[in-house]
Amino acid sequence: MADMAEINKRFDIHEMANAKRAEIEKYVCNIYCCHSTGCKSSGSDDLIALIHSILNEKGLSERVRVVATGCMGLCAQGPLIRVEIKGKKDVLFKRVDLEITKAVMEDYVLKALDTQGEFTPPENLSEHILSLDLPFFKKQEKVVLKNAGHIDPEDIKEYMAHGGYLALEKALKTMTPAEVVEEIKKSGLRGRGGGGFSTGMKWELAAKVPTVDEKFIICNGDEGDPGAYMDRSILEGDPHAVIEGMMIAAYAIGATSGWFYVRAEYPLAVERLQKAIQACKKNRLLGNNIMGTDFCFNVDIRLGAGAFVCGEETALIHSIEGARGTPRPRPPYPTNKGLWGKPSCVNNVETLANVSKILLKGADWFASFGTETSKGTKVFALTGQVEHSGLIEVPMGTTISQIVNEIGGGVPQGKKLKAVQTGGPSGGVIPAQYMDMPVCYEELKKVGSIMGSGGMIVIDDSSDMVSLAKFYLDFTVDESCGKCAPCRIGGKQMLTLLDKINRGRGKQKDLDLLKQIAFAMQKASLCGLGQTAPNPVLSTLRFYENEYTQKLLDAPKEDK
Amino acid sequence: MSEETSKAAEIADKWRKKRGSLIMALHEIQGIKGYVAWEDAVMLSERMDVPLARIYEVLTFYNFFKLVAPGKAVISVCTGTACYLKGNDKVLEKFKSELKIKEGESTPDGMFHLQCVRCVGCCGLAPVCVVNGKTYGRMTPEQVPEILEEWKKAFKED
Repeated sequence: MADMAEINKRFDIHEMANAKRAEIEKYVCNIYCCHSTGCKSSGSDDLIALIHSILNEKGLSERVRVVATGCMGLCAQGPLIRVEIKGKKDVLFKRVDLEITKAVMEDYVLKALDTQGEFTPPENLSEHILSLDLPFFKKQEKVVLKNAGHIDPEDIKEYMAHGGYLALEKALKTMTPAEVVEEIKKSGLRGRGGGGFSTGMKWELAAKVPTVDEKFIICNGDEGDPGAYMDRSILEGDPHAVIEGMMIAAYAIGATSGWFYVRAEYPLAVERLQKAIQACKKNRLLGNNIMGTDFCFNVDIRLGAGAFVCGEETALIHSIEGARGTPRPRPPYPTNKGLWGKPSCVNNVETLANVSKILLKGADWFASFGTETSKGTKVFALTGQVEHSGLIEVPMGTTISQIVNEIGGGVPQGKKLKAVQTGGPSGGVIPAQYMDMPVCYEELKKVGSIMGSGGMIVIDDSSDMVSLAKFYLDFTVDESCGKCAPCRIGGKQMLTLLDKINRGRGKQKDLDLLKQIAFAMQKASLCGLGQTAPNPVLSTLRFYENEYTQKLLDAPKEDK
Repeated sequence: MSEETSKAAEIADKWRKKRGSLIMALHEIQGIKGYVAWEDAVMLSERMDVPLARIYEVLTFYNFFKLVAPGKAVISVCTGTACYLKGNDKVLEKFKSELKIKEGESTPDGMFHLQCVRCVGCCGLAPVCVVNGKTYGRMTPEQVPEILEEWKKAFKED
């Protein structure tokens, strides 16, 4: 038994967290280098190697810590490096390359370390400094992304040092599964993948189904919306938060094992997730009798293979089973009959990443963010024609204007904002006159768009809405799985009509037919893909019908 | 048995007993040659005890899988929304005209393969292209010949 006590102590998360905190405390300077897909592709690997070699050369490795982090948010200005020196203000450097990194080290870090009190970075670096007082940073509220950009996602102990796995411990040791479900229900957390269904209710439904032999919890990381990368950044920046959320969900609903379904297009996210799962196994956070309780749980990863429709839960389940990713009619819902016919609960990456925070800080704390019906925060990938393109997190209910003009810094090159598109190929456009509208599930629906998974695309006045609608429809037609006729045929016909109109060969009757098919598709399609595929067309027609009718009047363009 | 085939056989054996493993096995097999060859699919079918029709059903459904050998350098032009708004269509056109091939095709010398991909998730860097895993952000059509030269040189040195 003495051995058991020894082992328990070795794997005690508090001990591990304390040891890590003490280790971090020893350093006088932390250099955080963004090491997510965006910055990595701009060469952050070489920058990290260079920093290490300079530190070794100067004998500073004991005093300065280099942390390869997840996404810091302002992807358009990457690679980003943040220097944190005790007793001095943090400095964030943007668009650094090897030469600038060298200058940052020699002209700032090394000198600042030798200086008492404040040290202002020299003039030659001024154009590479990004003020941390920018509204882009100040106006955000980070809950899900709290750790991304601050910790090394590949080090489980660093996650623990920042309060990781405490929520799991709390759930396993002090709460019953029903209490966990109740807490999540009370928080008002809703599915972040786009559906917006109450997470607590979903868990309650899943918990009610008896576990005969197996029950699954599935994490949907098939982020297919072109122009959105929230889930990728969460998995890359803080994979343990998602795993912890999944484990708590599993405990709450009585799941026996978990599955991550991640896009194959996200190799770095998959790699970090794999490493995180390995680290959990090594530290006895996955497997049998987790934290000395009766809770046993294991997870596995399955990759997507480039099919947008697999974001739909029944299609996703088919894909894990090794079949074509085609959806099936619901009910039965996966909570009753899912993967291999067993009860399964499917939650999005961002949804699961919220869970540990809710358990630790309480449902009331979480519900203090947001609006009456949409609680908490939401991560958005703010892209398109906007000054500060990047990954942001704001409380629900923040207005579009605050997001685009304050955080995003407005539309560049003196152009004017025309609209914002949310929900990707399933969503719609929100014209500039609605910019003071708060972003929440209900309000977005009122103007014909949806929350979606978090893609927010800024469109300036040089963009043509008919072409944009065609772009999205082109996407959904290509991605239609072909199982049901309304989506397979309707989409194709809509695209033909839209192309005809776009080439200046359309007639008024084509426009009417376009609307008719759109309504039929919405009503009769089997799954969300077909039901929402006409949204970009209907939404642009609603606000920009003049652009369509103008094309009817235009002289026909040459046939290609 | 060639080295590649025995590797494929190993993959089949590794995944055979696991659940939900067909797509994973196909990913790994594609990882060897860059595509899933007919003989590998047949072997997989036998070893994993999955009907060949089922394997082809899956291979042809998912965009990710290739049935013929791609070029040595696979050029992926992102067609996500951010890249679309920032004019990646012009970059794609430039690749097409420089290489004299259409998307989804390879050059006759087997050097380049041109394809369009859905969002690669680097929207902050739009427009984006990826060549054999190396990402090129803030692309302009003018950069296209430079990138092609870079890769031609890289292959010559090999």
